[in-house]
Amino acid sequence: MDVILFLVFAIIAVLAAINVVVQTHPIASAVSLIGVMGSLAVLYLLLGAEFIAAAQVIVYAGAVMVLFIFVIMLLNAGAEARKGRSFMASLLGAPVLIALLALLAWFVERIYPEGMGVHFGGFTGGSPESIGHALFTTYMLPFEITSILVLIAIVGAVVLARKELD
Amino acid sequence: MQLWLIPILPLAGFTINGMFGRRFSKATVNAVAIGSVVLSFAWVLKTLIALGVLNSAYTEHYFTWIQSGTFSVGCDMAVDRLTAIMLLVVTGIGSLIHIYSIGYMAHEGGYYRFFAYLNLFMFFMLTLVLAANYLLLFVGWEGVGLCSYLLIGFYFDKKFATNAGNKAFIVNRIGDFGFSLAMFLIVSQFGSLDFGTVFSKAPAASEATLTTIGLLLLVGAAGKSAQIPLYVWLPDAMAGPTPVSALIHAATMVTAGVYMTARSWVIYTHAPIAMQTIAVIGIATAFFAATIGLAQNDIKKVFAYSTVSQLGYMFVGVGCGAFSAGVYHLMTHAFFKALLFLGSGSVIHALSGEQDMRQMGGLRSKIPWTCWTMFCASLAIAGFPFTSGFLSKDAILLAANHTAPWIYWVGTITAGMTAFYVFRAFFMTFFGKYRGHAHHPHESPPVMLVPLVILAILSLGGGYLFRIPEFLGSLFPAQEVPEDFNLMAIASGAGLLGILLAYVMYVLKPGIPEAIASGLNGIYQLVYNKYFVDEIYDAAVVKPVVGGSRLLLWKGMDAGLIDGIVNGVGARARNVGGALRMLQSGNARSYATWVAFGGVLVIVALGVAQGVTR
Amino acid sequence: MSQVPISWFLTLSAILFVLGVAGFIFRRSIITMFMSIELMLNAVNLSFITFSYQLKQVDGHLFVFFVMVVAAAEAAVGLAIILTVFKNRQTLNIDEVNSMKN
Repeated sequence: MDVILFLVFAIIAVLAAINVVVQTHPIASAVSLIGVMGSLAVLYLLLGAEFIAAAQVIVYAGAVMVLFIFVIMLLNAGAEARKGRSFMASLLGAPVLIALLALLAWFVERIYPEGMGVHFGGFTGGSPESIGHALFTTYMLPFEITSILVLIAIVGAVVLARKELD
Repeated sequence: MQLWLIPILPLAGFTINGMFGRRFSKATVNAVAIGSVVLSFAWVLKTLIALGVLNSAYTEHYFTWIQSGTFSVGCDMAVDRLTAIMLLVVTGIGSLIHIYSIGYMAHEGGYYRFFAYLNLFMFFMLTLVLAANYLLLFVGWEGVGLCSYLLIGFYFDKKFATNAGNKAFIVNRIGDFGFSLAMFLIVSQFGSLDFGTVFSKAPAASEATLTTIGLLLLVGAAGKSAQIPLYVWLPDAMAGPTPVSALIHAATMVTAGVYMTARSWVIYTHAPIAMQTIAVIGIATAFFAATIGLAQNDIKKVFAYSTVSQLGYMFVGVGCGAFSAGVYHLMTHAFFKALLFLGSGSVIHALSGEQDMRQMGGLRSKIPWTCWTMFCASLAIAGFPFTSGFLSKDAILLAANHTAPWIYWVGTITAGMTAFYVFRAFFMTFFGKYRGHAHHPHESPPVMLVPLVILAILSLGGGYLFRIPEFLGSLFPAQEVPEDFNLMAIASGAGLLGILLAYVMYVLKPGIPEAIASGLNGIYQLVYNKYFVDEIYDAAVVKPVVGGSRLLLWKGMDAGLIDGIVNGVGARARNVGGALRMLQSGNARSYATWVAFGGVLVIVALGVAQGVTR
Repeated sequence: MSQVPISWFLTLSAILFVLGVAGFIFRRSIITMFMSIELMLNAVNLSFITFSYQLKQVDGHLFVFFVMVVAAAEAAVGLAIILTVFKNRQTLNIDEVNSMKN
């Protein structure tokens, strides 16, 4: 059961990711990205990360990607033009990527030849209660800092995008 | 006894004249220069009188110069009988030549510089003579070489003079190299360079070692004393002013080699092969140089080759074990050769610079004092009976006959040639009709003539005044050489024959020389061009070295390798920079590609480091 | 009750990451490149959660939390920058934003 769940959503995620990369129109890429995030949320649930799965859907897919779509529509970005060229990218790009993938996969297989299995309910520590507990004890400092970081980001975004005062 | 004053007085003269001479008047320069040398001579006399009989060496130690482990060299000066003779010759004849130079250099530029250099030379020569160890002797040795270079190239605006100076210094250097090797060997064998220590330990060393040391010292002596094959600098050294030729290249510096070999007699008496080599080289040089002197037309060149030849005689004396005879000839040669050079300087001065004997003649009536003083010198060098030259040359020839009769016969023939070419020069200069173009040949001033007269007296009678063989007999090992009147007669006869032949050929029948020269043209050209030795050296040694240096060392190593490395580093840095510049394309995608590529490398590296791959 | 081997999750994460890099390298529109970055971040989140499962600790979840916060902030600022670039150069093609060339 878990295996089937995993396979289904994993394939959806991969196909959606490929679609992100392949589509020419940014809106199509954005929507495919939302699809990736959704399937990843299911996989998080499989791994016992309830809070993170919810946060993924609400924050990531619901806010960040919406922001993306707003900006795409604001800019009226059309299908991508085919101008410009990068010698390095075309030369090294594919080999490097294939090498990267092969290496990562191989290392993974070597390190976890017959690792433990994942089944639903195998990890119960991902509840909001445990996350909140860790967040406000061990990770208090990063928490505060990231709140300041968000403040800075807001201010920066406002400054960058405002109209010049005449 | 303050031996150090003897060399320091001329050094003071050099310093004062060198630093302030430009502003002094001629009289002040004279006073400083001549005064310092004459004072030095006076101090020598005082010292020798105070030291008395000098049965053993008198040493003074001043300070330790080098102290390295067990090896130490001190600044020591010593006087024994051999040193005494050398001191008297150097300071005495030095003083006379300094006085002569007042007149000779009166019209030349660089007056103070000349006397400064001459004083410096006296300092180094006296250091050489007074030294009590090989290293201090070498200091003097090198110093006189330097002064020789400075003085030969005194007319520095003339290229042939500076070339001659270079040649003298460089050829001397080759000899110095041999001397240095000898010193290294002495240090490694005997642990010291001190004369006393070395000579007491020498008899115990192996003959092979002593022979090697002796031969290496001979290389040094051959360079300094102009023997085969390092004599080529001496004829060219005539480019310097005539007093320089007289002092340095006749009386003192060139005798340093003879002095050094005589001083090292302990080493040589235990290395017979080295001694024989000295004798052979000496007689070969004597004969060879005499043949060249037969055909020269420049009056100074004739005497230059004569010096080389007479130095050969001194080496024959040393090489045949007659050390005192060699030193005896050193002294008498100083008298008459200095006189010959000073006299020729007087002739050149009278003719306002003419040196070619073919442009002279009939000067007997115009410069009589010069003529008759030079006559005394010529008699002495020809070995006319009972002159000083006769006594010393006979001593050498008898010793040579005792060692190897063939040396005696070659020496006798050389004596005949010596007499011939000296009197050829005398007759060509002073007899016959005047062939030259100078306005008014006039006699030299008294300041130049008085030294000539003194030297003439010494040339004739000096052999009796200073009986060197008896004086030095206690110093050197005894030699039983029988007095053989027949041999003495034959040698004298050869000399007289030479004089007669010269008289016939140059006074009675002046046409004969040209007839012989054109008849034996091949031989004449060979001898006149000094057997083309300089040209052979140039082609065989100088050009390959220069060419090799230019090609290999200059173009290959310096410009190619070293500059190549330095410039190459710069060029490679530029190339690398140029290549790396291509990375900065401003293209974000290529940057990303490089990042991914680097990421792959890092993953591989981490994997290998963690041992995952194996 | 079948179990999914952990290595599969990590492999999936690797695939998603490589796809993100591919998108970044090969696409020319700035917005699409940004979305590829988000894809990479998501892949990394997956592997964090997986490790957290393996080690039975909650710290991995916390990392993912912070990654999401930072990604959100970064998206905000980055999009603001894209807006400015578009205002100044009227292009969304990354190859034309190359004034740092040489």
